[in-house]
Amino acid sequence: MKEKLLKILVSISFLFFSTSVFAAGKLNLYNWADYTPEDLIEKFEKETGISVTVDTYDSNETLLAKLQAGGGSTGYDLAVPSQHFVEIMIKEGLIEKVDGIKDMPNYKYVADQFQGPSFDPNQDYSTPWQMGSASWAYRADSYSGDGSSMMEFFKPSDEVCGKVAVFKSPEEVVNMAHLALGSSFCSEDPNEMQAVMDLLIEQKKCVAVYSSEGINERLMSGEVIMHAHWDGYSQVGKWEGVDDLTYAYPKEGVVGWFDSLVMPKGAKNVEEAKAFMNFVMHPENMAMLSNFAAYANAIPESSKYLSDDMKNATNIQVPDGIPVKFGQACNKESQALIDKVWTKLMQ
Amino acid sequence: MNIQGENKTQNRILSLLPLWIVIGFFMIGPLLVMAVVSLMESNVYGGVHFKFSLSGYRQILFDTNLFDEIEFNPAYLIIIARSFMLALAATFLSLLIGFPAAYFISRQSDRVKNILIFLVTIPFWTNLLIRTFAWIIILGKGGVIESSFNFFGLLDEESSLNLMYTNSAILIGLVYSYLPLMVLPIYASMEKMDLRLLEAATDLYSNRIELIRKIILPLSMPGLIGGSILVFVPCLGAFIAPDLLGGGKKLLLGSLIQFQFSYARNWPFGAAMAMFLLALVILVLIFNARLNRKHREYANQK
Repeated sequence: MKEKLLKILVSISFLFFSTSVFAAGKLNLYNWADYTPEDLIEKFEKETGISVTVDTYDSNETLLAKLQAGGGSTGYDLAVPSQHFVEIMIKEGLIEKVDGIKDMPNYKYVADQFQGPSFDPNQDYSTPWQMGSASWAYRADSYSGDGSSMMEFFKPSDEVCGKVAVFKSPEEVVNMAHLALGSSFCSEDPNEMQAVMDLLIEQKKCVAVYSSEGINERLMSGEVIMHAHWDGYSQVGKWEGVDDLTYAYPKEGVVGWFDSLVMPKGAKNVEEAKAFMNFVMHPENMAMLSNFAAYANAIPESSKYLSDDMKNATNIQVPDGIPVKFGQACNKESQALIDKVWTKLMQ
Repeated sequence: MNIQGENKTQNRILSLLPLWIVIGFFMIGPLLVMAVVSLMESNVYGGVHFKFSLSGYRQILFDTNLFDEIEFNPAYLIIIARSFMLALAATFLSLLIGFPAAYFISRQSDRVKNILIFLVTIPFWTNLLIRTFAWIIILGKGGVIESSFNFFGLLDEESSLNLMYTNSAILIGLVYSYLPLMVLPIYASMEKMDLRLLEAATDLYSNRIELIRKIILPLSMPGLIGGSILVFVPCLGAFIAPDLLGGGKKLLLGSLIQFQFSYARNWPFGAAMAMFLLALVILVLIFNARLNRKHREYANQK
């Protein structure tokens, strides 16, 4: 009997031992969908011998909820939140401090203005991934407007009414409405939020679908003509055959975002994660990211490695004089207002 | 003798242990977590503060408006009612299609029967999400339906039937997804039916409608009820079909709960809604148990 027990204990401990042995040389990356180029992962695996697993999510909120629910045992070593969510995650203690980011060999390639960004001033937590903006895009072959005003999107003309699509998450949409109305992000003023709500409810009459997935497919089939969109993703849509897809840079501005690599609390493969952070900051590798997802980056030297397609990508070039306003982490009061607006809109 | 008896009870308890562990771990455990979360205070960035609060439940009926005044808020009741209506409609439609289908299958030869039942279960081999995506291709602009209409000249190239992103699209998706769950239980109870009863009834000059009303329907009642529950309950909490086919323009119970855990970051309210949904489902199940008991009593009397 004793012998049996001993055997069981030994085999159980062996199980733990073997998993910890296998864990070395592994990296679990949790990233947005359609955001991780396969060739980049292959290159990293070849150079370092570390094998990478990629899981995907569809929004900052999904990532945040997962980290909150996981409580330090999500199993992910790296994730890619946007600037304001990095701030939230630091505040909530959901991500690890990473030692020596500034001493990483490739850190020197990061443009000055992106070293020590406002959400992580000492560069204790994050390294840059990609950046871009949210606005809306339209098929120029079926729409006569020129995308110069945010109101074209929120008060669609008869020409496109019923063929407009909007993001599924309130965040960017409410910010875009703020831009259109000239109010500020994370507003706590009920009157301003009332105006946002009225605008969205008015727009809904012309909205065919609220969705953040399959945007380019929907535009390609002609199901919708105007769609809330991201600059780089709309460029990819253009490459994939929606020739006249034009990303609007309205005079009121676009909603900017800046995604960074961070290490969730309880990450097991710390050294591997650091190796990946450093790897991504190399201009050649950063260019691979941009060539794939068509977003801009914070590594100026990467322009040497950009593809011709990317160099001529019209949808991601911000015209002079168009403001890019970065999304912020809203406090409880303004978050509650946003939730109310959205629930009312969807009730 | 006595020792053996003891061993038997012991064995029974032991052999049921895995079942209790599974139920405890995968059902009661998560439910308790939900119940606890629903009674906490929400944290602005998701998660909860460990402080007792009923705000999650209060929010189902009352809410502060944009100007911070507390008022009765019918928004969530409207959403709940909408989910109810949709689930009822989906159940009714599945019943309309499932009942004759099950009857048809049950009257075939054994070989054909097996093949048909097998065909009914085939959709379950594919993920629900993928099956729902398939409907986008069927219903969408320039999709299977529209292009066949085009082909037969019933529709000109430029115009569209606008099938997608409507309530009917949601209904089609739901009925399609859960129809097998209606067919199978009805089939199971019809299969057991004594066909001689039908013969006897025909001999006694009952017409077809009477045959269905007085014999087939009562005898397959357990299957009808079981199938209806199996369709109604998942439809009540569905969010894939409403999102993908309905265009996500109106919240339903399922998507409302999902919204609370993701964008709204109000876990206690989401958990409270989930408990509310659970209570609704339990009510339906109690109703079902009552019906079943009545049916059994009725059968026993005969």
